Amino acid sequence: MENRTTNILIVGVGGQGVLLASEILSDVAMKAGYDTKKSEVHGMSQRGGVVSSHVKYGPKVYSPIIPYGQADILISFEQAEALRAMDWIRKDGLIATSTTRLIPPSAMNKDNPYPDDPVEMMRRKMKNVIAINADKIALELGNIRLVNTLLLGVISSRLEFGKAVWEESFRARVKPQFVDINLVAFAKGQQLASAKVAV
Amino acid sequence: MKEILSGNEAVARGAYEAGVRLAAAYPGTPSTEILETIGAQYKSIYSEWSPNEKVAFEVGIGGSLGGGRSLVAMKHVGLNVAADPFMTFAYTGVRAGFVLISADDPEMHSSQNEQDNRFFAKFAQIPFLEPSDSQESKDFVKRALELSEQFDTPVMLRMTTRISHSKGIVNLNDPIDPPKFEFEHDMPKYVMIPANAKKRHIVVAERLEKLRKFAEETDLNIVENNGSDIGFITGGIAYQYVKDNLPDADCFKLGLGFPLPLDKIRKFVSGHKHVLVVEELEPYYEEIINAAGIKVEGKKFFSRLGELSPYKVAVGLKEAGLLKEVKGADFQPEPIFPRPPILCPGCPHRGAFMALRKLKVPVTGDIGCYTLGVLPPLQTMDSCICMGASIGNAIGMDKVGASDKGVVAVIGDSTFLHSGITGLLDAVYNKSNITIMILDNRITAMTGGQQHPSTGYTLMGEKTKQVDFAELCKALGVDETNIRKIDPYDYQGTIDVIKEETAKPGPSVIITSRACVLMPKRIIDRPYRVELADCNGCSACFRIGCPAIYPSEELAENKLPKAMIDATLCTGCTLCAQVCKPEAIIPVEQPAAVK
Repeated sequence: MENRTTNILIVGVGGQGVLLASEILSDVAMKAGYDTKKSEVHGMSQRGGVVSSHVKYGPKVYSPIIPYGQADILISFEQAEALRAMDWIRKDGLIATSTTRLIPPSAMNKDNPYPDDPVEMMRRKMKNVIAINADKIALELGNIRLVNTLLLGVISSRLEFGKAVWEESFRARVKPQFVDINLVAFAKGQQLASAKVAV
Repeated sequence: MKEILSGNEAVARGAYEAGVRLAAAYPGTPSTEILETIGAQYKSIYSEWSPNEKVAFEVGIGGSLGGGRSLVAMKHVGLNVAADPFMTFAYTGVRAGFVLISADDPEMHSSQNEQDNRFFAKFAQIPFLEPSDSQESKDFVKRALELSEQFDTPVMLRMTTRISHSKGIVNLNDPIDPPKFEFEHDMPKYVMIPANAKKRHIVVAERLEKLRKFAEETDLNIVENNGSDIGFITGGIAYQYVKDNLPDADCFKLGLGFPLPLDKIRKFVSGHKHVLVVEELEPYYEEIINAAGIKVEGKKFFSRLGELSPYKVAVGLKEAGLLKEVKGADFQPEPIFPRPPILCPGCPHRGAFMALRKLKVPVTGDIGCYTLGVLPPLQTMDSCICMGASIGNAIGMDKVGASDKGVVAVIGDSTFLHSGITGLLDAVYNKSNITIMILDNRITAMTGGQQHPSTGYTLMGEKTKQVDFAELCKALGVDETNIRKIDPYDYQGTIDVIKEETAKPGPSVIITSRACVLMPKRIIDRPYRVELADCNGCSACFRIGCPAIYPSEELAENKLPKAMIDATLCTGCTLCAQVCKPEAIIPVEQPAAVK
């Protein structure tokens, strides 16, 4: 068991499955015996806006919010959202993002355009950035909604939790007919992470 | 047994374990999941969505008077609506225990203000409890009900967004068998005619003195003494932020926020070299403590605006000289495009706002998803104050002659039933010339899809009667010819009807006919696509603000990007196709026209 608090920030756009991913992750941490808290905000902010969820675990967790700039891992389901949240991550942390591009009407102007290559902008600043085309892989696996599970698979290599506890949480949180495909996506994410970088 | 629960889920669990028999609420962020969870998981409790918070509160009073432990839940501004029964119920006191959950929204994540409802408890002179995590959220429901019965008073449990929506580990217990109460006639206690109310006010004053003594002794307030010379007086989520920064500091953690244990606080302050009050929003504790002649500081270092956070508290601690350095961010925030919330693809509100934008008529707004009509690119709303305000606002604007094009009030189905009916009654009674658009999407959408009196289902899932809006408006006195039903997916038709009704004398009501595309079930009709060869880059479709429409890499002759449609998001509402002059937007399965 680690004796410090681990901070994981998950971001995306309303409807991408941020909340389910943080549910599973916090469930896994609790089952592994850690004090676990997570925090997000529901309501108006979800309507196509930015969604973020903070997950923290350790021997004793006080605040459910990650201290600013102290995230160990940033998971993003959209590449510009990873860039937006970059001030939350430690320099030696890990960013795992999908290369998904969701361009909202608010970025369709010259003053504030959608950046050409958010992943490249992040890579220029820090070492550990894993970017996968999660949308494409999810569709190949048969369901766009597997994006969040793929990315959980990617970051799982960085965490100490065993396969069994992940599987148990997927069984608890995902509808029975989707459990198997989620486990396939999770394994695929793990495999991609080990292929991309040694972290 | 332990489970990871949100503060709201923990409150619901607490109600179940404490033997609550009745729970009532009107949905409102951040309180909604309390009754949602009770309705879905704890069927032993009678639970209901009431038409508004005042009714919910009154139903709760009835439950208590009738002998059942009762819970009512609302967002902070909901208590403004329920303030009338709240203030007088403080006089009568309870029979069985009564707990009011007030869920405040510091930072206004999904609210029109960030009022601090701790003052409401002090105003009504009733006790309030404030949990710091999910475990306490559950435990304090039971404690509040016990306190309510012990001191014969309604008790407020004050939540905030961070407590309501954060999850933490909670130990679960079996439900208890609560103390038995039965209805009895007791007119001097419960019938608040002046003669009785005068006597009850004396009881309130006496009760407060007893509660003050209780506050000095109760274990709801925890003093953590680690021998530090720095001390903090704090409560709620702020306690966690203090502990995050200084785990070994001495904390006076207030679980009972009114009345305060001033003797105990005086002792704590005199026993420490530095004492700071750390509280979110207003200097509520700080003012009471200073007024008692105990010198403490707080808001000098911590903002009264918005939420606190571990970081904001760290910055305040450093300013106060109690922290050497603040761990900051390694990276600067990226200046990146904003991604504000937006109406969903296929949202039926979009057509209404496109038409209103075209007509350039003053629009008084209300509370719901459609409030997003104020954001770019639609930008068609001139006021938004509180639930139901659109109609009164429109009446006033009309009476002073604000516009020669008429005034339009837009209000959702659930909001109209909450507090729009009386506004419409005024419009009829006082002969106002306004047009009211009831944007009826047949669900309480903004809070995540709750039932209401026009959906045909109750919170507990039973089928029930459905209000008919047209009949209701007719009964209130609106001329039948001034009640119009429209399809908001018909752009030109919507424009025409608004034009006709705003030109008529007397109040008019226009009722839209399309259901929410997300709830209760996702509607996907026939997705559309852009035939790029036909797109001239005019951008008219971008200006309807649909998240399914995005710019293509390909530029048109005017050097602007052509449009693309994400077929997985498009619901086939056709509004973009209706504003596309070159007719480049066509159903996905349709081949391009031969030209």
